[in-house]
Amino acid sequence: MAQLTYRDAVARAITQEMEHDPNVVFLGEDVGGAGGVFKATVGLLERFGPERVRDTPISEQAILGAAMGAAMTGLRPIAEIMFADFFAVCWDLVANQIAKSSYMTAGQVSFPLVIRSGNGGGLRFGAQHSQSVENWAMAVPGLKVVAPSNPTDVIGLFAAAVRDPDPVMFFEHKGLYSSKGEVPDGEIVDTLGSAKVLRPGGDATIVALAAMVPRAVAAAATLAERGIDAGVIDVRSLVPLDTQTILREVSATGRLFTVEENPRLCGWGAELVSIVAEECFNYLDGPPLRITTPHIPLPSADALEDMAIPSIERIVTTIERAMQS
Amino acid sequence: MTSTLDEPAAPAGPPGIDPATLHRPEGSVDVPIQLALFRQMVRMRKFETRAYDLFMENLVKGTSHLSLGQEAIAAAFGEAMEEGDYTFATYRGHAHTLARGSSMTGVMGELLGRSCGVLSGKGGSMHLTDVQRGVMGSYAIVGAHLTIALGAAWSAQYKGERRVAVAFFGDGTTNIGAFHESLNLAAVWKLPVVFVCENNMYMEYTPIGAVTAVANPAADRASAYGLDSILVDGNDADAMYLTAREALDRARNGGGPSLIEARTYRSSGHSRADPGTYRPDAEVAAWKAYDPIVLYRSRLVARGVREADLDAIEETADGDVETATVNAKASPAPGADVLMRDVWADGGSSWRN
Repeated sequence: MAQLTYRDAVARAITQEMEHDPNVVFLGEDVGGAGGVFKATVGLLERFGPERVRDTPISEQAILGAAMGAAMTGLRPIAEIMFADFFAVCWDLVANQIAKSSYMTAGQVSFPLVIRSGNGGGLRFGAQHSQSVENWAMAVPGLKVVAPSNPTDVIGLFAAAVRDPDPVMFFEHKGLYSSKGEVPDGEIVDTLGSAKVLRPGGDATIVALAAMVPRAVAAAATLAERGIDAGVIDVRSLVPLDTQTILREVSATGRLFTVEENPRLCGWGAELVSIVAEECFNYLDGPPLRITTPHIPLPSADALEDMAIPSIERIVTTIERAMQS
Repeated sequence: MTSTLDEPAAPAGPPGIDPATLHRPEGSVDVPIQLALFRQMVRMRKFETRAYDLFMENLVKGTSHLSLGQEAIAAAFGEAMEEGDYTFATYRGHAHTLARGSSMTGVMGELLGRSCGVLSGKGGSMHLTDVQRGVMGSYAIVGAHLTIALGAAWSAQYKGERRVAVAFFGDGTTNIGAFHESLNLAAVWKLPVVFVCENNMYMEYTPIGAVTAVANPAADRASAYGLDSILVDGNDADAMYLTAREALDRARNGGGPSLIEARTYRSSGHSRADPGTYRPDAEVAAWKAYDPIVLYRSRLVARGVREADLDAIEETADGDVETATVNAKASPAPGADVLMRDVWADGGSSWRN
């Protein structure tokens, strides 16, 4: 057991998988010599050399195309798209090529690759460097979508993603890079498509993802002091989605609250609410409720950004009010 | 007949192009390879002519993009590439797929949306893929597959394999960002990849010259990436074959990427929906007189190949196309079992438990 930052967990995860399989290669902008703009890949170039850790030009299409072509010919590439916002300039490769080619070719090719990216807000970077875009990926058939909330999950889910035979979009949250957690020693390999119950609850179930998870946990602690026993589930993986764990918990508590950083429309929580409504409606004691960023681009000023993204206080008051009504 | 075995009759050259600007590869092509090139082109021509007829009968649905008139390029690479090399084609990829030896029934079946299709009817005309034969896919978003070819070449380089990736694309592709990203990265990483621009003078319906800052959309950009400017007669199967061999050898021997611009002309419109009326009659006529298969047949005969041998190649191709058509028509439509398969590598499509 050791204290590790989320940032250092990324480097440890990549190291673990590159040591595990010589076909794992890594490419992206500033990932080698510079150790990544978020310093999440420090030391990898020195350890694995320039054949396996490749700095690229600012060419997001070429980065993802190279990863795709390498994956279909026997390698297991890890590609970095520095900020998730940049997916907008290479979305053809993600949504049209990587996601669809297994299906279109009747399974002739598969794509064991991972695209990691810095996702999410809270760092005052403004509207083009702060978006949570995991729901873009979730909307495309053929992509697996993962977003860890803590250092241990970074390693375990990343390993599962690299070893998975399908393309995985791995959303690291920029606002979590400096957060710390206890991480077990040795190899860690987790399972995609498994949500984690972080706190059981009797009155309500809060479902959260990535940076919203620690906020949901803190909110649940405050709610407990006020007499509301709210459980917390970390979704961890949007595709595949562990609906069984969520349906079980929500059926037991009768109330669902999602906490989403994405702008309101078509966020992952909307899909979850729809599943819950269809499949455990009769267990509900009240309407499912979504706590999200409003449907606006993220502003830059700290005062404004803090108002936009769900805060611990907003989670607490929203749930408290809903439970009292 | 004035030409000798060593000096085949020189073609007049592609219409409207200064012959002095064309790349003249060294060497000559032996008769057995010439016969193979002729056979390739004839098969492509007859296959696509039949495919067109089947559109008219509404047996091929959706859209389809023919490369009638452009066959010499795909044929040349089909013969010059080695087993294990990778082909990346576009939505205009019937010829490039057949060139690697894919079954005509499989390709025809795919066009008709039948079970015998090489993709079980899930890809269609624009996405032909036959991995066993090195056809790594046909891609329908302009430019994307140039970047994907980079990855296949990188993989070969990383594993120390002597494979080459070849990406075919049209003149319109030279104006999209992925083209430039790909050339740059290929040059910087010295990847074993050959980029083949089939310049048929039109990006869809618009003359390429009207929307491009340079006269030769690919060749004039090569210097920006430290590559040789190679403009070749894309209707001359011999010149194409020798140029292909040069580029493939260079890539295979660690010499890095090449960019080839092959000048050609499509006899038909951009797609099924396009009669091609935006093209001047004189231009169409001039290129029709410079048809790669007609030219090549004359050259082979001039070289002493018997007409009967060429006729036999044509007849065999006719038979193959007929067999493929009969097989495809007889094949059932794909069933519901295929619909939900192959989203994931395990064959399934489940996204939740």
